[in-house]
Amino acid sequence: MSKAKPPPTYESPFQSELDEATFATAAEERVSVATQWQLMWWRFRKHRLAMISAFVIIAFYLVALFADFLAYADPHKTEAFRSLIAPQPIHFFDEGRFSPHVFALVGKRDPRTFKRVYEPDPTQKVALRFFAEGYAYKFLGLFKTNRHLIGVEDGNAEELIFLLGTDQLGRDLWSRMMVACRLSLMIGLAGVALSLVLGVLLGGISGLYGGAIDTLIQRLIEILRSIPTIPLWMGLAAAMPRDWGVVQVYFAITVILSLIGWTDLARVVRGRFLALREEDFVLAAELAGVGQMRIILRHMAPSFLSHIIAATTLALPNMIISETALSFLGLGLRPPAVSWGVLLQDAQNIQTVAISPWLLSAAIPVVIVILAFNFLGDGLRDAADPYG
Amino acid sequence: MLAYAIRRFLLALLTIWAISVLAFAIIQLPPGDYVTAYIAQLASSGVDVTPEFAENLRQQYGLDSPVWVQYLKWMEQISRGNFGRSLEWRAPVLDMIGDRLWLTMAVSLSAVLFTWALALPIGIYSAVRQYSIADYIFTFIGFIGLAVPSFLLALILMYVGFRYFGANIGGLFSPEYQLADWSPGKVWDLIKHLPLPAIILGMAGAAQLIRIMRANLLDELRKPYVITARAKGMSEFRLILKYPVRAALNPFVSTLGYLFPFIISGSIIVALVLSLPTIGPLLLRALVSQDMFLAGTIVLFLGIMTVIGTFISDILLMWIDPRIRFERRE
Amino acid sequence: MANREINGEGQPPVLTVNNLKTHFFTDEGTVKAVDGASFSAPAGKTVGIVGESGCGKSVTALSILRIVQKPGRIVDGEIILRRADDAEPVDLAKLDAEGGAIRAIRGGEIALVFQEPMTSFSPHYTIGNQIVETIRLHQDVGKAEARNRTIELLRMVGIPRPERRIDEYPFELSGGLRQRVMIAMALSCNPKILIADEPTTALDVTTQAQILDLLREIQARTQMSVIIITHDMGVIAEMADDVIVMYLGRVVESGPVDEIFHRAKHPYTQALLRSIPSIFAAPRSKLPTIAGSIPHPHNRPAGCPFHPRCAERMMGKCDVHIPRLRPVSRRQMASCFLYHEPDEAPIT
Repeated sequence: MSKAKPPPTYESPFQSELDEATFATAAEERVSVATQWQLMWWRFRKHRLAMISAFVIIAFYLVALFADFLAYADPHKTEAFRSLIAPQPIHFFDEGRFSPHVFALVGKRDPRTFKRVYEPDPTQKVALRFFAEGYAYKFLGLFKTNRHLIGVEDGNAEELIFLLGTDQLGRDLWSRMMVACRLSLMIGLAGVALSLVLGVLLGGISGLYGGAIDTLIQRLIEILRSIPTIPLWMGLAAAMPRDWGVVQVYFAITVILSLIGWTDLARVVRGRFLALREEDFVLAAELAGVGQMRIILRHMAPSFLSHIIAATTLALPNMIISETALSFLGLGLRPPAVSWGVLLQDAQNIQTVAISPWLLSAAIPVVIVILAFNFLGDGLRDAADPYG
Repeated sequence: MLAYAIRRFLLALLTIWAISVLAFAIIQLPPGDYVTAYIAQLASSGVDVTPEFAENLRQQYGLDSPVWVQYLKWMEQISRGNFGRSLEWRAPVLDMIGDRLWLTMAVSLSAVLFTWALALPIGIYSAVRQYSIADYIFTFIGFIGLAVPSFLLALILMYVGFRYFGANIGGLFSPEYQLADWSPGKVWDLIKHLPLPAIILGMAGAAQLIRIMRANLLDELRKPYVITARAKGMSEFRLILKYPVRAALNPFVSTLGYLFPFIISGSIIVALVLSLPTIGPLLLRALVSQDMFLAGTIVLFLGIMTVIGTFISDILLMWIDPRIRFERRE
Repeated sequence: MANREINGEGQPPVLTVNNLKTHFFTDEGTVKAVDGASFSAPAGKTVGIVGESGCGKSVTALSILRIVQKPGRIVDGEIILRRADDAEPVDLAKLDAEGGAIRAIRGGEIALVFQEPMTSFSPHYTIGNQIVETIRLHQDVGKAEARNRTIELLRMVGIPRPERRIDEYPFELSGGLRQRVMIAMALSCNPKILIADEPTTALDVTTQAQILDLLREIQARTQMSVIIITHDMGVIAEMADDVIVMYLGRVVESGPVDEIFHRAKHPYTQALLRSIPSIFAAPRSKLPTIAGSIPHPHNRPAGCPFHPRCAERMMGKCDVHIPRLRPVSRRQMASCFLYHEPDEAPIT
């Protein structure tokens, strides 16, 4: 910037009005005119793991959206014959040509145990078709269709493809995993949304009014946080009437999860409120006679919105873990609902898992999603303080 | 200092009260009442139930009175040491809980110890040698520990143990001690079985604490008093342990209050996977079979245990931070 | 303390810094915080290092003690410490920064007083604990003995009721008292050299004067060499015997305090002096400032670092060649082409 560039003309070198920006670099200039959100975006972009995680999470939610399309077998169709079939690899090339196929499975009886076992037969190739017909479903809940991303010629994918194997009741795990994304990911969102309302409301009141109300809410938070959550959830979940339908149970679980989940958010909101109240620009606005509501919405909210977004992102994985844990115990979502926790229920018995380890496969999306949300939340939290 | 301790103590009492209300709610929530269920159960097992006996029970639990009276009556029974009877096991609730509570405590405490023993040195190392290869490795392991819920970790370890070592790694006792009375041999056997559940339970907490410790210590290492200490000519090792680590320890200790409930929570579900003879599996059974007095009492006890743990950590924090002792808490 | 002989004018200085270069290697580029600083500190005298913030004053102090933090590192130069008369002088720049030799010097022979008395003490230990620790690090004394000495030191720096104060925590003391404690700690091992880095900046004016008086009084008593680092010409005028003016990591002028104040040669020094508020100035007149601001450390100007802000720059000379520190009078040195010609090919 200052490289051999002729200096601006001025009479006295010690005049104070000399433009400071002459000596500022271009980058500094860019920073000084950028909006807060631009700064946050620049900062977030540097956080490579967080960027990757954001894409992973978007991908997961897309899967949830198009779950039925990505599945190929009816996730609820049971068939005793197909119990516990091992995963089957896809072969993409056939004699050098691109032609995705799987080997057909041939059922045999084990001569000693008389159990039915399946073995792939390399001579029988089942060709995979794209956009093939399969079971009927409503695409995005809008119109009926039976097209799926993959399938087989005659639409009988249930009997021929087992990408991730089957469970004890002979249901296709791949298809169930796809469909499970829906409930598992949505319950996180719904639970966090509810906690957010509670957290912002109570945290905001606490930070805004202070005094006795603040003390009361803070004690409430401390009490809630020192209660072990899982036994409490278990108790509340177990108290749900047995005859409730999937939707009712779903909402009840959401409420139960957010009853405790709001405390973290409330702490963040309160903390920001207290910190901002001391800021000079808030004082300046107050002295200028700006109304309280306007101060909160126009002056304070923009500076803690980012923190709330970050805290919310970090709260999501806890919700997902909790749902998975409750469902795993059989106290959360119950079949016929399909979630990752419900899928993992099949893996409770270690003997079964030892023989059919693919039953654990639902653990993989759980771990990936939790990791992604954590990285994303970290990235957002770092970016939330663009001037820091 | 005393005022602080008293405040914490009162808060602990308040928390215990809140937990008792929640436990009572859990007992009350399912449809039907305890006495009807109990009498039905007695009748089904061929015991002749007189109407007076039934009426007596109703009176005892105040079933005809408003809910808050029922709560008070329940508290009154508890204060006399009567926690009700387990419907399913046909035994006083207290007998059912007995050993399992102590084992839960043993598992949880060893998990807390493991968490600390792991998180403290690794957190310090990661901060002092920021961006070293080991720091990256620990950060990565930390994230895995954070992302794998404890019960999944337990499942995976069980699978690995079963599949590759042919051993059932669950349980807290060897078969020969399972039903034996307590003896030094049995205690030793227990100690030998504790590390695995402790590691599984402690992983997530340790991962979190490592991150907290690392972040805190990085902040502290930049403070001027570290330079002052360096300018005195102290050796780097002594200096870091005496000054910044000491300062970073405060937020670290204050997380203990949340670590404890977290680990107790986790122990419930991990116990199920690892088939530990702790209180977790019993609670689940009680809840599934709507054995509500048993379930409510367990929730109450777990809550009280947690509150005591949290209280101890508060006192520890007070002892460690002079600013609290001088009532200068921000 | 008493047996340390008073060095006269002709004796070699206790500390000589030659062409010191301390650079910080950051991701964005190399920051040359100190880039060829040279000066010396005679025994029993006070050297003042003055300059705007960011000119490398503090890094110079940290470099002498070898406690520059990563990614900073001394890349060149020597720091010669002359110990007892017969002992070999040591080059601190060559010592292992973590080694025992430099640790014995830190706090022992060279002590440091910081700007921030608030944060320079750990809030977790009593002040007594932190001073006793320093004493016992360098001297083989027992706990009780060290404690007695600490009380003596606290009394010496003017802390009332030292036997009670010793067990107090830093946050229980006022800023002025804390700075006294800081000085007591620095003096605890009878250092030969005391480096005071902005010792009064964080204090209010009356406390400032008291602390400066204290430093002068102690120096008179112990005959130690004091290096005082400040941006405040007032402090320099009051304290220093010799003055070093630094700009962007380089010494631009040096000389006895009288010469600097009355016959400043370098345009930067002249500008600095002009920006001191004076009670003789016309009321409501604008205080002159130095035009522009210190360039961003990654964008150091070529040639003389001061030329973009200099009123008397000569284009083609000042923006191409780097001036060297040269004598401009019998006791004064300046690095400016107003007083000497560039003697070599342009260096960047």
